[in-house]
Amino acid sequence: MMRAATLRALFHAASAGALHDNPGRFFLALLGIALGVSLGVAVHLINASALNEFSLAVRGLTGKVDLVIRGPRAGFAEELYPKVARLPQVQAVSPAVEIDVPLSGSSDRLKLIGIDPFRMAMIQPALLAGMQNQITDLLDPDAVLLSHAAADWLGMKAGDTLRAYVGTTSIELKVAGLLPPSAYRQRLGVMDIASAQWRLARLGRLNRIDLRLHPGVDIAAFRHDLATLLPAGVIVTTPDVEVERSASVSRAYRLNLDMLALVALFTGAFLVYSTQVLSVLRRRTHFALLRVTGLTRLALVRLLVAEGALMGVAGSTLGVVLGYGVAAAMLKHFGTDLGAGYFDAISPALHVEPGALALFWLLGIAFCVLGATLPAIEAGRRAPALALKAKDEEESFKKQRAMPYGMALIGFGLACTQAPALTGLPLLGYLAIALILLGTILILPWLVAVLLPRLPAPRFPPALLATAQLKASPRHVAISITAIVTSFSLMVAMLIMVGSFRNSLDHWLTRVLPADLYLRAARGGETGFFTSEEQARIAGTPGVASVRFLRSQNLLLGPDRPPISLLARPVDAGAAHHTLPLTGPSRVPRADEPPPVWVSEIAADLFQYHVGDHIILPIGGQAMRFTVAGIWRDYARQTGAAIIDRDLYIRITGDTLANDAALWLAAGASLQQTRQALRERLRGADGIDIAETREIRATSLAIFDRTFAITYALEIVAVLIGLFGVSVSFSAQALARRREFGVLRHVGMTRREIGIMLGCEGIWVAGLGVGVGLALGWVISLILIHVINRQSFHWSMDLHLPWLALAGLAAALVAAASATAVWSGRRAMDRSVLSAVREDW
Amino acid sequence: MLAWLAGAFVAPRTFAQVTSNQSPVTSHSFQYPLEGYQSQFAPVVPGYQLRFPRDEGSHPGFRTEWWYLTGWLDVPDGTKLGFQITFFRARLRLDDVNPSAFAPRQILIAHAALSDPAFGRLRHDQRVARAGLGLAGASRDRLEVWIDGWTLHQVGPGYRASISARDFQFDFTFAATQPPLLQGVNGYSRKGPDPESASYYYSLPQLKVNGALTRNGKAQSISGSAWLDHEWSSRYMDKDATGWDWIGINLANGGALMAFRMRDRQGGRFWAGGSYRSPDGVTRTLGVQDVVFTPRREWRSPRTGTAYPVSWHISAGALAFEIEPLMDDQEYDTRLSTGTIYWEGAVRALQHGKPAGSGYLEMTGYWRPMQI
Repeated sequence: MMRAATLRALFHAASAGALHDNPGRFFLALLGIALGVSLGVAVHLINASALNEFSLAVRGLTGKVDLVIRGPRAGFAEELYPKVARLPQVQAVSPAVEIDVPLSGSSDRLKLIGIDPFRMAMIQPALLAGMQNQITDLLDPDAVLLSHAAADWLGMKAGDTLRAYVGTTSIELKVAGLLPPSAYRQRLGVMDIASAQWRLARLGRLNRIDLRLHPGVDIAAFRHDLATLLPAGVIVTTPDVEVERSASVSRAYRLNLDMLALVALFTGAFLVYSTQVLSVLRRRTHFALLRVTGLTRLALVRLLVAEGALMGVAGSTLGVVLGYGVAAAMLKHFGTDLGAGYFDAISPALHVEPGALALFWLLGIAFCVLGATLPAIEAGRRAPALALKAKDEEESFKKQRAMPYGMALIGFGLACTQAPALTGLPLLGYLAIALILLGTILILPWLVAVLLPRLPAPRFPPALLATAQLKASPRHVAISITAIVTSFSLMVAMLIMVGSFRNSLDHWLTRVLPADLYLRAARGGETGFFTSEEQARIAGTPGVASVRFLRSQNLLLGPDRPPISLLARPVDAGAAHHTLPLTGPSRVPRADEPPPVWVSEIAADLFQYHVGDHIILPIGGQAMRFTVAGIWRDYARQTGAAIIDRDLYIRITGDTLANDAALWLAAGASLQQTRQALRERLRGADGIDIAETREIRATSLAIFDRTFAITYALEIVAVLIGLFGVSVSFSAQALARRREFGVLRHVGMTRREIGIMLGCEGIWVAGLGVGVGLALGWVISLILIHVINRQSFHWSMDLHLPWLALAGLAAALVAAASATAVWSGRRAMDRSVLSAVREDW
Repeated sequence: MLAWLAGAFVAPRTFAQVTSNQSPVTSHSFQYPLEGYQSQFAPVVPGYQLRFPRDEGSHPGFRTEWWYLTGWLDVPDGTKLGFQITFFRARLRLDDVNPSAFAPRQILIAHAALSDPAFGRLRHDQRVARAGLGLAGASRDRLEVWIDGWTLHQVGPGYRASISARDFQFDFTFAATQPPLLQGVNGYSRKGPDPESASYYYSLPQLKVNGALTRNGKAQSISGSAWLDHEWSSRYMDKDATGWDWIGINLANGGALMAFRMRDRQGGRFWAGGSYRSPDGVTRTLGVQDVVFTPRREWRSPRTGTAYPVSWHISAGALAFEIEPLMDDQEYDTRLSTGTIYWEGAVRALQHGKPAGSGYLEMTGYWRPMQI
């Protein structure tokens, strides 16, 4: 009791006093933590909501199903359905056609699912019971039932007409009603399977068969047997794998966002550290007095840690509330997309996982306590007598015990960069960054101690003084530099990474868009295509010198993998490096080898394809052998892609349709006139999209910038927090040096000269920090580019240093730090520094 | 027979009425696509000559059709059970030019039920499917109708039904002991004063049943007697009728009686008819005035609150029977497949208190008026 009361009194005396003394700084630190936590919470909530919604949506599609047979976009022959339905182990079976159709009048697409309601009723009675009389409406060949999400999104109601493209022409479907709200959560429309096959040009094809087995059937064994019955490229899987696979596409992206939030939190913790260092310095005489009057060292440490914890509780709580609010607002106004387009077909509801919120809350507090503990231990270690004299102990710092540890961490971190991805995530890559960052912070004092003596001694007295001052106080320099190094290195790393990515994308776009004009049968979606006759008309358009048609399909290579894209286009095997953005050498298959395929980097990574390998691709329901002739860079198709020659594709499948056309103009032909001519020759084909190369480039880069918008936002916040840290550590120094300023004034320096001195100190310190930060940032950017990105998204990029931006930022930071130094010094001098000289005595 | 006519009509409406009173959406649903094409369905007209086995098969030009098997089973332990197996066919639209193999031209529905006094109520199951892809269908020219593993088809001179329901399995063969009994005028059976409101209808009474009944995983061999009704129509129930009572009795002396009445909105007789085949094979058709249904006792369903007259006095021409159910609770909830609840069960026919035959009784329109 007594103890507690004493502590409370002490707290009032020591801590509350400090709070009163400088509430602004305290709240700044609080805000730092709050920002870090709120960012983490918001990113996590939005992602969790998206994922939850996504998984519910996928589960809604699969229902209470034991197994799902799934084919690629082109589907599989419907004969499989009765064959599977007759298997004795099968209790109920529900076939479906699934198609993303482009909607006319917009660039959007809508998923349409063709179901047999009678069959589906056997598997999902609850869903069907909710549809009531709609079954009858559904059997109408023009009828489509929209999910509530789709109806809201399209602004449609029962009785409206939905127009969609099939081929290049538009069909009209009648919105017969809305599905029950509980039925499907994502944007989609449901049709009768017969209508879908007919109206959407999928006669004879199915995309999915859901199965429920008789009780007691060994699902795994049956699945294995069933797999042998399926055509090549058609897989059988469990609903869980379906959910998992859908979620896995975005997993790396989500992790990256979480990591950025952690960086912000880390920076916030550093802010707390700086604030506490400062506040301990300010109160050093208080503490010394308390120590002298009987407060034990441990109690003092506890008191200071408790302060940090308290700040943590306040900041974390504020952060959780703030993060929740931000997440709710984001979901309401922007959806769950976060810029990357993974979740664009679902309408979100805020999904709160209390455990995760608690984790972020505790994490914020933990970081705070950590930030407060180091200065607390320092304060406890300080001998009261010396502290009473306000004499700083540079000597304890000179031991540099941390240096070997720092080196070890950096070494370990570098080793981690060589490790492969864990469960498809670059976890060790992140660990490497954390270790290298931490290691650098630990060796900074040593680095500073090594570098400082090498500083030149300028002639100008204030600058000379500044140099001398810095050389004499490596500890303060190290603290200030840490703030700059931490924030600047992260900023630099991101800048280099994003810059490299954008630059590589730009180059890549040039490589993959060599033609003058591009034609697409429909903007996205799966039902847009050019018939042979339309292809001939395109090729014969005046002004068109040559055309290259492309057919795009997708292939399922494994149950737990999302489908890869199959692109069939003319490729000259001998000159592939001219037409494809190959990352390495190309290889023309020998006459006795299977025909060539060029796989994207992503596909090569995911499926371990190497140039020269003979691989099997399920095309047109047959397992076809190919020789990997080259690996090309692809930023467009995140789940992987493979290119084969279109003539070969047509020979295999008999499919002569095309989705896209690349057009080269004849000499002297004008873009505008050719566009016009194409429009006229394809009259009636109102679904087509004609774009010039530069338009596609601009759109692609705009999409890129949008994708990284959230990254920029997080980055700016992290940098701001870092700048707070700089300001705090300079203030701390200025405060500690009031006596020094007093002495300098006594010996005749003007306030202006002291200001210049401080400015010089700021420039030196910031310059050092920026230098180290640049180096560290460069190392981290290499990890981001070659480890994190490669392992997360499987795409490579070329290092591109945005020198101008880096130089500008460095200069701005040095200037800001210098200004901060002057400003902090001014504040310290505002008091009667002249009398501060006497504080020692 | 009466199978339950609405079966066919309501068929596409499947699931529809489950909660139809709560449905915010249309109740016009089923009728409107059909209304315009009604005249295109094959009409039922007098003078058609039924031929067998051709007319045992499906008649896809007609709007509705059913094969209705009911009967009594003797289990080795001496107990008696009732069973019912029905296949319905409904044609949705005639203008359907959709080339898809899934085009919903014909919808098939199958019901199976077991009446076991020891269980106290019906055990039943159902299937619905569109005809096509070999998974469900009804052959022309011979009796062969199936939904997945549920089948009813001709085997040699008789028939075979295989039904694998949730709670039981039937694997029965049926042997005819009599020629088909043509109902109405040579199989043209009127259902109301409007001559268009009629069906083609024949029965096979006194079928000998043999086979296996599986319950709780245990198979028992059974024998018994059954009754097959096969009926097809494009307009079964008159718009002023609200339901019907139907009975088919295999008489102990080898004779057979079928009697039905359509009820009007007041519950009185809207139309009636029937036939009596005497043990020596002479058949007499019963006219509207010949058939009188008089309720003797009501039973109220604890589940739906619907009251059914489960015990009757029926006079058919010169004959009169008291009808007593095998058990009271043979209420049949088929809302999940055909959207209605009715009573369909095994009954005993008594004359002056003495057993005179066993049959099946069907009573529709007591829960809610039958809607077509």
